[in-house]
Amino acid sequence: MAELKARMPCEGLLPLTFGGVNLDEADLGVMTSVVLLGEEAALSSALSDAHGVGFPKANRTSGKGGGVRCIWFGQRQAMLVGTAPADALQEHAALVDQSDGWCAVTVEGEDVEQVLERLVPIDVRRMHFKRGYTARTQVGHMSASVTRTGPRAFLILVFRSMAASLVHELGQAMRAVASRRGEG
Amino acid sequence: MRLDCPICGSRDRREFYYQGDAVLLERPAPDAGAAAWDGYLHLRANPAGETRDLWLHESGCGAWLVVTRNTVTHAVESVELASRVKEGLR
Repeated sequence: MAELKARMPCEGLLPLTFGGVNLDEADLGVMTSVVLLGEEAALSSALSDAHGVGFPKANRTSGKGGGVRCIWFGQRQAMLVGTAPADALQEHAALVDQSDGWCAVTVEGEDVEQVLERLVPIDVRRMHFKRGYTARTQVGHMSASVTRTGPRAFLILVFRSMAASLVHELGQAMRAVASRRGEG
Repeated sequence: MRLDCPICGSRDRREFYYQGDAVLLERPAPDAGAAAWDGYLHLRANPAGETRDLWLHESGCGAWLVVTRNTVTHAVESVELASRVKEGLR
């Protein structure tokens, strides 16, 4: 019988570093899309009881970085990351395993905002987009989820099939920002 | 051009997909007759002034929006969730 090997979406492409900005793949483990079916408050308390994170408000994440997180992912929808969903959630939400469907990267460093400003059509500066803020938006022409995870760090998700394009786009922007600094 | 999505806030036009006149929210009953269906499917006003369109926040929250804008001044007057507008029609 064939032995299948797990392969990360960005395998062989990352990490990349240019001018003090690092781009690396993030292994988020189990990812489950949670689509609200009933009352938001009921789902939120079921999530809190089972995983210690509430259902996030629009454009926000709930939970601390590293552990279990719930990332707002659209109208009445969130992505539960870092744990398998408890059965109790099924009463309030449609749960779909999407672990293998997304490519997740972290991008961090001094000039990370300048890099993202070249690709993302929202204001990612810290005063407008704080830690724990998230947005469904675009990176280049790709639909993406962009989340700030720290003062100079972001988590970006795109469809798995677009992993190479994402690395290409971010790499080009990182190179261009570095070269303006004279570090390319 | 920017649109104020009621869920996501002010966003660039490139995140949105344009569908057409917001009359599409007012689908006639199946037995409404040929004239009503002809109007719904084919006849559109081409106003110099206020117009209402359906837009999809495709790269954002995924919500359908009713955008009221002015074709003469290009001002965007309001953006509402289509689901809310539809509730009002019932």
